[in-house]
Amino acid sequence: MSAIVKVSDLTRIFDVSKPWLNRVIERSPRALLTAVSEVSFEIEENSVYALVGESGSGKSTIGKIIVGLVPPSEGHVEVDGVDLATETDAEKIESIRSEIQMIFQDPYASLNPRWTVRDIIAEPVAVRGGKTDGLAERLLEQVGLSGADAGKYPHEFSGGQRQRICIARALAAGPRIIVCDEPTSALDVSVQSQVLNLMSDLREELGLTYLFISHDLTVVHHMADKIGVLYLGGLVEEAPRDRLFDDPKHPYTQMLFDAAPRMDAFGREVEPPKGEIPDAINPPPGCPYHPRCPIAVDRCRKERPELRRLGETRVACHLAE
Amino acid sequence: MSTPVLSVRDLVVEIPTRRGVLRPVNQVSYDIHAGEILGVVGESGAGKSMTGNAVIGLLDRPARIVSGEVLLGGEPVHQLKGERLRKLRGRKMGMIFQDPLTSLNPLLTVGEQLTETITEHLDVGQSEARRRAIAALDEVGIPAASQRIGSYPHEFSGGMRQRVVIALALCAEPDLVIADEPTTALDVSVQAQIVALLKRLCREKGVAVMLVTHDMGVIAEAADRVAVMYAGRLAELGPVREVITNARHPYTAGLMASTPLASRGQKRLRQIPGAMPRLDNLPAGCAFHPRCDRAEAACRQDPPPSLSACDGRAACWFPLTDKTKATA
Repeated sequence: MSAIVKVSDLTRIFDVSKPWLNRVIERSPRALLTAVSEVSFEIEENSVYALVGESGSGKSTIGKIIVGLVPPSEGHVEVDGVDLATETDAEKIESIRSEIQMIFQDPYASLNPRWTVRDIIAEPVAVRGGKTDGLAERLLEQVGLSGADAGKYPHEFSGGQRQRICIARALAAGPRIIVCDEPTSALDVSVQSQVLNLMSDLREELGLTYLFISHDLTVVHHMADKIGVLYLGGLVEEAPRDRLFDDPKHPYTQMLFDAAPRMDAFGREVEPPKGEIPDAINPPPGCPYHPRCPIAVDRCRKERPELRRLGETRVACHLAE
Repeated sequence: MSTPVLSVRDLVVEIPTRRGVLRPVNQVSYDIHAGEILGVVGESGAGKSMTGNAVIGLLDRPARIVSGEVLLGGEPVHQLKGERLRKLRGRKMGMIFQDPLTSLNPLLTVGEQLTETITEHLDVGQSEARRRAIAALDEVGIPAASQRIGSYPHEFSGGMRQRVVIALALCAEPDLVIADEPTTALDVSVQAQIVALLKRLCREKGVAVMLVTHDMGVIAEAADRVAVMYAGRLAELGPVREVITNARHPYTAGLMASTPLASRGQKRLRQIPGAMPRLDNLPAGCAFHPRCDRAEAACRQDPPPSLSACDGRAACWFPLTDKTKATA
C-alpha cells in the first residue's frame, strides 16, 4: 500500500493579538497561538487514520489544512504527490480538490436551510459544471434515505438523517479521501452506530480513505486502522490501533485511556488525572505535557522530545521505552 | 427503609400545542435515597431533562405538570409557586447545568454569586458566608480558593467553571442535586475529574443525586441505579450493573449493544433500526414497537404497564429474561 496523503512538518500559527491600538497603549506584545506544531504523518490508501486529542489539541485545524480550508504556516500536505500550496497547474489542483471532501461535526449547521436536499447534494458537482440529473436521488439511496426525499429541506430530517445527507454531499464529487471531523459526536448512541456502519460500508464499496477526527476513544477504536494522538498541537504518539490500545507508550495516551469512562467499570474509583491542557499561547517549555506528567524528570522540563520510533509506534517522550 | 429524599409518583408533564397535546414526561415514577446517585439515560428527546426540570420547578410555559406528584423528603413540592418555590430551590435542591459558562453570571465574581446563595438560604452573616464560600470552592478542588474567590467566571477554564457551578449547587447544603449532563461539554480528562468529584461529594455529604446524561460510561462508573427513558416513559429501572449487563427491556439491550464499546472486535456495530418517534406522532401501543424485533400484536395495541404497576424493572410486554437470552 502507498501513502495517499503525506503531511510533513505541518505548522499553523494563528495571530490572536489584540488590535494594534490596544497593543500600543497597553504595551502588550503580539500573541501567537501555535495550533499545530511540526506534525508529520502519512495516510495509506483505503485505510482509516484517526486523530484523537482533547479540545485545543489542533486536530480540527489539521483536518481543515488538509482539505485546504486553512493554509498552513509552514510545512506541506501532499495528496497523491501534489502539494496544493505550491502546485501551479490549475487543472491538477482542481482534480485533487474534488478528490478530498469533508464531513463536519454539526449536521444542523453544515446544511444550508434554504436549499433543498437535491441542491445541497448536487452542489459539489454543479460548481464544476458536471451533470447532476438523478445524482441526488441515487446518492440518497446509497446512504440509506429515500430518493423521494430529494425535494425536502434539511429541517425536515432528524440529526442522523442530516448526517447521512452530509455524507451523500461528500460522496457527490466522487472523492477518494474524506476528512471526517467528529462526524458522530452530535448524534445519539443508537443513531451513531447506524452512521458508523454506513461509513464502514461505503469505505469498502468505494475504496475510500478516511481521516477520522474524534475525541471519543471507543469510536476511534472501532473505526481506525492507525491512530495519532495529539497534545497541544503536536503529535505525541502514533501507532496501529491494536498496538496503541494494548501498549500505549506516552504517559498522555495512558492517561486518556485511564480517564475514559468504561461500561464495565461499575463504581470504579480512579485517581482522576491532574490539571488541564495548558494555554497554547504560552506553552510550557520542554515537553508540553510535563506539568501534568506523573513521571516527568528534569530533562522533560528543558528539552522538547522528538518523535522517535519504537517498533511500530512513534512516540514523543524522553522516557518511553 | 427510610423516606427517600426524592419521590416522583406517576408524573405527567404536558405541553399543549397547535398540533395536539404532547407528553414529554408520561407516568414516570422513581425514588432517590440519601447518598445515592440515580442515573437517568436516554436519547435526545426522551424526556430526561424535562423530568429534572419538572422536579425542581423549572418547567417553561406552556409545559406543566398535569398529574402525579413530586415529594421532597415526603413533602409535596410540585404545586409550590413563587416565593415558596424559590426558598426551596437552592436550599433543598441544587441544580448543575450542562454548560457552565451560561449558568454563571458573567458580571459577578464567583465569590459574590456564592455568598448571595449562602446568605439567601442560610442564617449567616456576610463574613461567615464568605468563609463558607471559600470552603465550598476548596472542597470542589479549586486551588488557592481564597484568592480565586474574587475572580470572574471568564477567568476560569471550562473544568474549573463546572467546579464553581457544583460549589454553587452545594453551598446551601441541599438534600438533592440534579445534574443535567454535567460533563458533556468537557474533555475526557476533566470529565473524569468532575465525575470523581460528584461521587465523593455525594458520599461524604449524603446528598441524593439525579445524574442526567447520555453517556453510558459515565453512568456505569458513577450511578448506583439507572433509569432508562424512551419517548417520555421509563423503559427500565434497576441497579446499574443489572441494567447494563442484563437488560430486560429490548430498547435498553439495543442501546447497550450499539455502543462501540460493547461490540469491540466486531466488524459492524449492532444498531437499532429507525429513530425515536416524535412526540406528536407516537405510535399506538408501546412507543418502541416499530423498532423492536420482539414486538407482537399486544405491543401494537396497548402501551405496556408503567413500571410501578408491573414487576418494577422493565415496562415491556415481553421483557427479556435469562431464558429468552439463552435461545437468542
